[in-house]
Amino acid sequence: MRRASLLVAISFGAAILAALGLFVVYVAGGQPQVEGALLFVALVGIGMGLMVWATRLMTGIGHVTQARRHAPPPSGEKEAATEAMAGGVEEMSRRRLLFRLLLGAAGALGLAAIFPIRSLGRAPGASLFRTEWRAGLRLVNVDGNLVTRDTLEVDSFTTVFPEDAVGSGDSQAVLIRVPPGSLRLPADRLAGAPDGYVAYSKICTHAGCALGLYLAAVHQLRCPCHQSTFDVLNGAEPVYGPAARPLPQLPIEIDPDGTIRALGDFTAPVGPAFWDLPPS
Amino acid sequence: MIVRRWVEGVDERLEGSSFISRNLRKVFPDHWSFMLGEIALYSFLLLVLTGTFLSFFFLASNQPVTYTGPYQPLQGQTVSAAYDSVMRISFEVRAGLVMRQMHHWAALVFMGAIIAHLIRVFFTGAFRKPREISWLIGIGLFLSGIGAGFSGYSLPDDALSGAGLRIAYSIMLSIPFVGTWLAYLFFGGEFPGPDILNRLLVLHIFIIPLAIFSLLGAHLAVVWHQTHTQFRAPGRTEDTVTGTPVWPKFALKSIGLAFTTFGVIAFLGGLFQVNPIWLYGPFVAYSTASPSQPDYYIGWLEGLLRVWPDWEFHVFGHTIGELLLPALVVPGLVFTILALWPFLEARVSGDHEWHHFAQHPREAPVRSGFGAAGVAFFVVLVVAGGNDVVAKFLGVEVDSFNSILRWALFLVPVLSGLATYWICRDLRDRPRHPLAAPPRVTFRRNAAGGFEEIESEPPLAGQALEEPDRT
Repeated sequence: MRRASLLVAISFGAAILAALGLFVVYVAGGQPQVEGALLFVALVGIGMGLMVWATRLMTGIGHVTQARRHAPPPSGEKEAATEAMAGGVEEMSRRRLLFRLLLGAAGALGLAAIFPIRSLGRAPGASLFRTEWRAGLRLVNVDGNLVTRDTLEVDSFTTVFPEDAVGSGDSQAVLIRVPPGSLRLPADRLAGAPDGYVAYSKICTHAGCALGLYLAAVHQLRCPCHQSTFDVLNGAEPVYGPAARPLPQLPIEIDPDGTIRALGDFTAPVGPAFWDLPPS
Repeated sequence: MIVRRWVEGVDERLEGSSFISRNLRKVFPDHWSFMLGEIALYSFLLLVLTGTFLSFFFLASNQPVTYTGPYQPLQGQTVSAAYDSVMRISFEVRAGLVMRQMHHWAALVFMGAIIAHLIRVFFTGAFRKPREISWLIGIGLFLSGIGAGFSGYSLPDDALSGAGLRIAYSIMLSIPFVGTWLAYLFFGGEFPGPDILNRLLVLHIFIIPLAIFSLLGAHLAVVWHQTHTQFRAPGRTEDTVTGTPVWPKFALKSIGLAFTTFGVIAFLGGLFQVNPIWLYGPFVAYSTASPSQPDYYIGWLEGLLRVWPDWEFHVFGHTIGELLLPALVVPGLVFTILALWPFLEARVSGDHEWHHFAQHPREAPVRSGFGAAGVAFFVVLVVAGGNDVVAKFLGVEVDSFNSILRWALFLVPVLSGLATYWICRDLRDRPRHPLAAPPRVTFRRNAAGGFEEIESEPPLAGQALEEPDRT
């Protein structure tokens, strides 16, 4: 008993000192680790003090047994409650016309209250089917600088945007330079990938993360979120992971002066699947 | 004494005498596992306190600003106003970093306590009639907690949370018929959406906390009204409850636990870095943090996305993408089964009686088997949610590790479920628990100089192994 009350006193005392210490630390400019440690002592001091007090010093208060209900309420009680509830509804539904009008009014108002939800966002329209890329737009990097034939070494890649939409969420693309002649694309798509330069949407077709990892040795793009992996040489077809669709290709051309331009928009809607996406 | 006069004064006006004395004398059973729910409650209180402090500084805006604060590596970079305000909380507001990290740690403790509490209630059958309503409210709290966590860690607009939001947007898109509209209405337009941070803030600091407050109030009120379950012990019956009176002993213990919980979270928040957004960098649409893991209570959902195969379906010229099943249908099924478990169990076992006695896991081997399988499923998925990190740690290729995880997702739950079932059945059928103390026998020396046995505990049946409290 004496030891317990001493323990409680020490706990509360430590809490007081720690709280005063917190005050000093705060005035002195604050320091996260010291604040955390002092807060710990102050709070646990009070907590432990209270718990020791209750368990060790309140020996006079023992266990008490109380009755509790161990069956559903008697049926009379239940019926009375049901009767009171149902009786009220019947009192109203008796006037059939008024009751129906009330339901109608509530329903109509509820319907009207739904409409403001429409204000929450733009209509999707065709926005998921197109990006900012147009024929003739030059490719720029994240700093807005033009990307040219000389920007990339073979087996390296960079993130590109249309020149007027740097940082755009849906237009982001990766431009990759692979050894010339190594691409295995259908003829019409190969035309949009001159001299070993090929561009794909940077948005993973699985869950929409930006593809960040290019495994140059195997020419694969990998998503850091769920490890979907796309074969760059073979039209960015998925070769591993949960993605089902290839990355859409951005057809490009190279001007005689080395400037790289888009030939149009991506070959398919970018990003993850959605209901209105037609099967490819 | 002044307290007595106040109580009498309030009493006289509200006519609460019987209410007050009845409830102050109400008894609460003692068992360590009852503290799990209390820890959840108290970490929620701390979340509200620290969160209120943070809300005074946070700006839910994606307007670009130039970072000019004291953190050198980001000097002069363009970041969103939201990210900038969280950087200010972390580096410039005095005590801001401690508050922020305590808030994050409190959320981790909150969800952990909810899950542990759920497991305790499940394995002891404490959800059985008449407590199904408490169980349902508890599932609602669990779901609200996940929502609160996700909406909260998405607010700082850093590279990691941006990836989470991007995935959430993609999941919304995958819903048949309405997905596109739903995503556009929620985000305000195509990702990243102009209004999303504002909406997350309203969800995080108003709508979800309001839901948690209401559910928590109902949860506590129902428990108060119905009383706790108790383990069987000599002298205990179904129609009584034995424990400590609320005032002052139980209250002091519980308030003491509250302060201790606060203290431990303060310790974590002060000394253990969590969610260092300055290391992740600000969110930009064209870059994803790597590795990127959500907090563990979302981690199991992330794990489902990582192990799921590349299944895509086409229906009448429409597409059902890879995300719908693992991100919405499977978790939806998991929570539906969890919510309906008390009713399913009652139907299958035909047991529609009232139960105030908690069971030991061995008393219900089938339930315990399913429970162990469920826990194993959850654990494998949390590991899968960090498959890249774990594979790197183990020094294996992430692809081959993923194949192992796919098998593990079936095998580990089935095997743990069966093992648990067999162990529980074996324990139930033994007359005495192998870990229980041997029966106590008292001898007395008699007048003739020999010994005689005067007292021995009768061998206990399998159900009645809990020792009575010795408080």
